[in-house]
Amino acid sequence: MYGKAFYLIMKNIRNFSIIAHIDHGKSTLADRMIQYCGVVDDRNFKDQILDSMDIERERGITIKSQAITLPYRSKDGKDYILNLIDTPGHVDFSYEVSRSLASCEGVLLLIDAAQGVQAQTVANLYMAMEHDLEIIPVINKIDLPAADVDKVMEQIDSELGLDPYMSLPCSAKEGTGVEDILEAIVHKIPPPKGDPQAELATTIFDAQYDPFRGTIIHCRVFEGTIRAGDIIRLMHDETTHRVEEVGAFLLPRQKKDSLSAGDVGYIIAGIKTVSDVQIGDTITLDKRPRKEPLPGFKESKPVVFASIYPIASDDYEELAVALEKYKLNDASFAYQKDSSIALGQGFRCGFLGLLHLEIVQERLEREYDLSIILSVPSVRYRFTLNDGDVVYIDNPAYYPDPMSITTSEEPYIRAAMMFPEHHMGAVMKLCKEKRGENSTLSYPSPGRIELVIEMPLADVIYDFYDRLKSITQGYGSFDYDILDYRQSSLVLLDILVNGDRVDALSQIVHRGSARARGLRACERLKEEIPRQMFKIAIQGAVGGEIISRTTISAYRKDVTAKCYGGDISRKRKLLEKQKKGKKRMKMVGSVAIPQSAFISILKSDPTQ
Amino acid sequence: MVPGIYIHIPFCLSKCSYCDFYSVTSTEKIPRFIESLLKEMEMYRGCFNRFDTLYLGGGTPSLLDSAQLAKIIDSVHKYFPMSADTEVTIEVNPGDVSREMAESLLKAGINRISIGVQSFDDNILSFLGRRHSSADAISAIEDVRNAGFDNMGLDLIYGIPGQDFRSWMETLHTAHSFTPEHFSCYQLTIESSTPLGLKYRSGEIAPPDEDLLYEFFMRTSELLEASGYTHYEVSNFARSDKFMSRHNRKYWDHTPYLGLGPAAHSFSGNRRWWNHRCVDRYIEEINRKMPPIEKSEILTLEQLRLEALYLGLRTKMGIDLQDFSKRYDFDLLDKKNKVLERIREEGLIIIRDNHIYPTRRGLAISDSLSAI
Repeated sequence: MYGKAFYLIMKNIRNFSIIAHIDHGKSTLADRMIQYCGVVDDRNFKDQILDSMDIERERGITIKSQAITLPYRSKDGKDYILNLIDTPGHVDFSYEVSRSLASCEGVLLLIDAAQGVQAQTVANLYMAMEHDLEIIPVINKIDLPAADVDKVMEQIDSELGLDPYMSLPCSAKEGTGVEDILEAIVHKIPPPKGDPQAELATTIFDAQYDPFRGTIIHCRVFEGTIRAGDIIRLMHDETTHRVEEVGAFLLPRQKKDSLSAGDVGYIIAGIKTVSDVQIGDTITLDKRPRKEPLPGFKESKPVVFASIYPIASDDYEELAVALEKYKLNDASFAYQKDSSIALGQGFRCGFLGLLHLEIVQERLEREYDLSIILSVPSVRYRFTLNDGDVVYIDNPAYYPDPMSITTSEEPYIRAAMMFPEHHMGAVMKLCKEKRGENSTLSYPSPGRIELVIEMPLADVIYDFYDRLKSITQGYGSFDYDILDYRQSSLVLLDILVNGDRVDALSQIVHRGSARARGLRACERLKEEIPRQMFKIAIQGAVGGEIISRTTISAYRKDVTAKCYGGDISRKRKLLEKQKKGKKRMKMVGSVAIPQSAFISILKSDPTQ
Repeated sequence: MVPGIYIHIPFCLSKCSYCDFYSVTSTEKIPRFIESLLKEMEMYRGCFNRFDTLYLGGGTPSLLDSAQLAKIIDSVHKYFPMSADTEVTIEVNPGDVSREMAESLLKAGINRISIGVQSFDDNILSFLGRRHSSADAISAIEDVRNAGFDNMGLDLIYGIPGQDFRSWMETLHTAHSFTPEHFSCYQLTIESSTPLGLKYRSGEIAPPDEDLLYEFFMRTSELLEASGYTHYEVSNFARSDKFMSRHNRKYWDHTPYLGLGPAAHSFSGNRRWWNHRCVDRYIEEINRKMPPIEKSEILTLEQLRLEALYLGLRTKMGIDLQDFSKRYDFDLLDKKNKVLERIREEGLIIIRDNHIYPTRRGLAISDSLSAI
């Protein structure tokens, strides 16, 4: 039924994305548009069809980019191809988002009619503006009793600086207003430009792993045409591959003869793993290459490192297999073998950020049924030693002998934040605490501040983003670029539990923050480690000197009073449950430390 | 390992605010219940060789009149082979006791009486929803003594929201002045399905903090032991070894027991089963000539081992390591060496003569001890 539509010319193509604050209904709107265009029949439809992972459905965030092609016959009687590129929604993946947006000509900016304009709405708007995209505001959830469309229109005018009369009301849940949105996409978003005869220029905005076909490249063609049988060249990687198949993102994928300028689609070219292609790379033809790659490419490099250990050491092999499988579909994830005295055999892993880390952890536990523990995340430090050697250390276990260090340096970032003016004081205070320097301010629109400031990455990954969100009541947006390495006074902070060093909890920290970090780690552990039959001392130490300590008191009274006929089974079942829970704990010396204790050290403190 | 019989009398005139034992307040069902109970006994006729304890618990067994109680006890003797020295215990509510009543209990063959005093503080009694006063308790104790009972136990509760140390000591002293043969001193457990549980969840009441509960427990044990009682189980004290509850000890060392009546639990070999927790259903099943069993479970060796460990660590008798390894195929000393050594160092257990004995502080955290 779609056959004819694929031969439509470029002016009947629209490439767009939906951007929204979390929970404003992005996935539901996508669902309705997919249903409206009849891509899936109702029998096979399931909610949040683009969020294929459980974790995406549950957290309400999109982690992987997804694309889908919607054939649409407009009211003017013409047939259109609408390519919807769904984007991930977190700063860890802002590069992926930028590549997806670069593949579009317009966006739907979705706003919840009850909640109004939120931080991410603004952040997304700016990102869309950076890419020169046509923006269509959509006011969703107008069916809610708390919906206040007039107020949201006012905000669109005053806070976003957009024409509120361009905005479209809808209820994705009830399916109202969907046709108007589709019409607006057709009439307001410009068709793609480009020359199908020119040298091929295609940008990769995502790559997914298919166990039968290998890597499925998701791409947007800007210039030229690509066909099965072509030899393509990945311009950054300088590798060549023979194209096996190209096609469009229907459900299921639909093979096509070619992809031409303006098209969004997929390429299968016998590429084994997703790590063999890089997001943002330009694909051209080997025999008729383009001179320059498309702009905007950045190499995706892990910036946060942590070790993963199985809770039960017997599970090491299983973990190894799971990581290998996981890696097939996540090119930005990197890992190698590692071992810990306290936690045994494990893997050192690199992540794009803390959310990425949490996602990997959750998926390993969920999809591979593993119980794992993570060490405290670290950035990659640079040390110059007495003998002139320069070493990069991202694992506290390899912290050099302090006597041999002549210079220590840590990575700095340039952070860009946007938030309502009245949060200025609190945000500056937070940045100062995080050792921010060289700040510049601007006022992109009345009442809003853009703050650009340089900060050590280590302090940003610690708990910066959560706290920024909290002090700006969710209205603060945040993005960053890695700048350079800067000299810094660093020390190794160790955590001791009843005198045993828990190496997975060691952290490299700025000397000035060591005491506070040590104390907080102690307090966190105190909250998470259950009381036991004996006292547990938790200490923070720098180079043998104890800088912080807390004690978990022993149980004094813990016994059920009555234990007769009917109580015995009940009590045994409780004990059996406890024993099961204990399997999720790691024994360090004679102290059982729950998995949650390791995680709690990484979490921000809501009371701050 | 001679088995015992437990009979659950599931009737109360009113429900106490803390109690989650099964009982109903509709006493008109008592005759039909007794009829069914006798039929249930008949069902188990021939299944056990001999019993040497009979325990009438509840509910409120003292709600039954002496003829009804005599009928039940006579029927036990009719259907089951009973040892000549059988320990026959009844739980009574102080409000139900009179001199005549106590005498009739003796005549019916009851030789051990457990009085649900709970407290000598009238405010606490009313908080607990008890229908008797402290004066009732005192006269009940006197009646029981005067009737000729020489094995009397007093049940007390401590750790009640708002109760301070002094209030508990006063109750304990008063109870002690009657030189009972046995004490059961229970720390109040707030069960979620009770009126107290509801108040607790709504934040209306809070139990005393752990340090105070620890003081209650330790001082109670010290005081009673100093005056000659043996603290032989977490909540139980006996004036001498022969006054330890022979029946209750069966629960703690996997001796078989047969539970009769609604919600009663039974155990034999590696099987535990329990009756419907509903008088009507109980009567109905028996009328259909069906055993009124709600469910049964077969315990694995590992489950039996786990039970033996935590039950053993609740008693003064502790765990006999040789017996434990023989019955549960597990060398505790060898397999749990490290953690046992650690808690021994902490003074929570004593390892001696091939036994593990919990110390007083060990008993106070017996639940944690058994999680080793």
